[in-house]
Amino acid sequence: MGNKKIKVALVGNPNCGKTSLFNALTGLNQKVANFPGVTVDKKTGYCQLTDAYGNDIDAEIIDLPGTYSLYPKSMDEHVTFQLLCDPRNALHPDITVVIADASNLKRSLFLCTQIIDLKTPVVLALNMMDLVEKKGLVIDIPMLEKKLGIKVIPINARQKVGIEELKLAIAGDLTAPRADFINIRSFAPEVVDLIQKTTHVNSDYVAFQIANNYELIPFFKENPHKKEIIKSFLEEHNFKSSNLQAAETLERYKILTEKVIKDVVVQKDVIQKKQFTSKLDRILTHKVFGYVFFLLILFLIFQAVFAWSTLPMEWVQQGFQKLREFTQNTLPPGFFNDLLVNGIFAGLSGIVVFIPQIAILFTFIAILEDTGYMARVSFIMDKLLRKFGLNGKSIIPLVSGVACAVPAIMSTRTIQSWKERTITILVTPLMSCSARIPVYTLLISMVVPNRYVLNSINLQGLVLMGLYLIGFFTALFAAFLLSFVLKAKERGYYIMEMPVYRMPRWSNIGITIVEKVKIFLFDAGKIIIAISIILWALASFGPGDRFKNIEQKYSKTEYTSTLSSQEIKHHIQAEKIAASYAGSFGRFIEPVIKPLGFDWKIGIALITSFAAREAFVGTMATIYSVGEEDSHQSIKEKMMADINPQTLKPTYSIAVGYSLMIFYAFAMQCMSTLAVVYRETKSWKIPVFQFAYMGVLAYCASFLVYHLFK
Amino acid sequence: MDKNITMDKMKVGQSATIISFTDEVMSLKLLEMGCVPGEVVILERKAPLGDPIAISVSGYLLSLRIDEACTVVVSIQD
Repeated sequence: MGNKKIKVALVGNPNCGKTSLFNALTGLNQKVANFPGVTVDKKTGYCQLTDAYGNDIDAEIIDLPGTYSLYPKSMDEHVTFQLLCDPRNALHPDITVVIADASNLKRSLFLCTQIIDLKTPVVLALNMMDLVEKKGLVIDIPMLEKKLGIKVIPINARQKVGIEELKLAIAGDLTAPRADFINIRSFAPEVVDLIQKTTHVNSDYVAFQIANNYELIPFFKENPHKKEIIKSFLEEHNFKSSNLQAAETLERYKILTEKVIKDVVVQKDVIQKKQFTSKLDRILTHKVFGYVFFLLILFLIFQAVFAWSTLPMEWVQQGFQKLREFTQNTLPPGFFNDLLVNGIFAGLSGIVVFIPQIAILFTFIAILEDTGYMARVSFIMDKLLRKFGLNGKSIIPLVSGVACAVPAIMSTRTIQSWKERTITILVTPLMSCSARIPVYTLLISMVVPNRYVLNSINLQGLVLMGLYLIGFFTALFAAFLLSFVLKAKERGYYIMEMPVYRMPRWSNIGITIVEKVKIFLFDAGKIIIAISIILWALASFGPGDRFKNIEQKYSKTEYTSTLSSQEIKHHIQAEKIAASYAGSFGRFIEPVIKPLGFDWKIGIALITSFAAREAFVGTMATIYSVGEEDSHQSIKEKMMADINPQTLKPTYSIAVGYSLMIFYAFAMQCMSTLAVVYRETKSWKIPVFQFAYMGVLAYCASFLVYHLFK
Repeated sequence: MDKNITMDKMKVGQSATIISFTDEVMSLKLLEMGCVPGEVVILERKAPLGDPIAISVSGYLLSLRIDEACTVVVSIQD
């Protein structure tokens, strides 16, 4: 016989230590999926429990998004409401664990009393008892249990104190609370009766909650006639949801203040000393030192993501290079060899190479979140960035975007407001990322003279800096425009708790990194692999016998006698890519990109750049039959020697060079970014829109630049 | 003598008692976070650009934007 299985939901305010408790209960035995139909991540984990009789129980722990009350105000809170207040929900828990910040007892207990009134088995885990002591307070636990009518376990989730006791309590025979905390029936007796009759729920409070939010309950979507009955009944009885919500909240706080807190919390010592947090805030939110400190942090993050990741990224690339060479030489040549080496391994390498940057950025993000500093970043940056429709926290993804948009977009999750987060995601790829650098340097070396102006400023460096600035200011401007275009799905609040400063917990940071890497590898990775294979196929096959003819042509003695085998290989590659589907596509789009000064060869590079922008350089090398192993210099010389057959002028004029640079600055040419945007927004709408708006922007800007310089 | 002002007009270090709210939707959010009428709040600090502000209420620090704070009517004890 299998073990007994139970579902346990973890509920609590934001910053109450819920994640720490979840990690302490489940360890690495957790996974992230989505709640059906919404963009909210569902974190579940498993925990083995043993009850008092020695029987094993398998507990599935669901970590619900942090919330201050059951009334849903955001998408995250919809999920919590649906899970807890709809007994028909597949994830409706057998036991609810409320985790409360004991140093913020009243506010934490407010949510707890709502859960109590749902009348499902509940246990209260009282966290941060160490902070209570520091405040000079004592909490009378048995008295609290008596007042609330539920079991209360003091814990310290960071130090894993009280976890075993909590597990024992969950495994024990928890019964539903017997008494209501407040008499909700008296607020709207007829309505409570009607809902109980139509939906067969027992608890008065569940019925009351359903009356307030019946539109979110799937049962009523499936039974529209019942929904109509309730709707007209509520109107008939003049059921004013927001008035009743306010009345309920006031009633709960009144009872908590007058009947619970007064008897449960005793002030033991009077602490005069200003708290540590307050002292630190005086510096970290100071009008000078606050920004200086934040700039230092930004600089550190930037350095880390940019520089520290170079070495591990090289290892990944070299490792894959070795694997590709080994496979190419070991397996018999042919279709599968090529697919494996240039399609799948190339794609995999393109995915794994992001891991160092993701891990490094999330180490910092996790530390900023865990210490409580992220709330201060928001506090000091909010007014500046709000003007552009962004959030104070948007500055971190924007700056990280200069290294790479992929981890940057994953880090927007700290922004609660849907609208501000979406705008941040949409504009972050406009920041010039490190993959653009090889493209910029090649083009700049071709069209900008290596001269000094005013004796000290290098012209090439000046243009490079200009490209970065253009990216940054365009991102801000685009955000500003988007803030008018995007419609908020819910009313946004800034209102936010500023948590006390705490030391980061290294195990939590480790778990965050593993979680983010897993999300990227498995969710975005499969899209990247699929696109890599398509790109490989486009460049490796051509219509008809074109490829065969090229090989035949170069096997003739007129070539083999005059050219070295290396040169022949390069010529074959160059003609093949021109003859491939990618080449055909390049010719096909030539009329469209001609107004920008681009020819079909650039058209091919625009397509291959979709794997990663720096592929531009490699593609140019192939097209101009230079080996990739050759230096920048030879690619540059070949490109500059190219003559346009129609105008008989060099293809890469100054105008084309600048136009191409601007195109690379603005266009959304990165499949990995699009894949990650899809993962983070859980819909194709945002990535498709992003691709379109950045494409139009790039096209128009390049058009202007080309005609300006021509 | 007591005088009623909106919360955004408070000075740093000043304490006041919450009286009422002028925006229903905003009030629900503030209520559930413990900003209930009768509760004493202290304006702890303002962001360097004057917005948002941070108040201490019911033992913790809460930050809110000026346009949110101006929906809260408080009474200052002189």
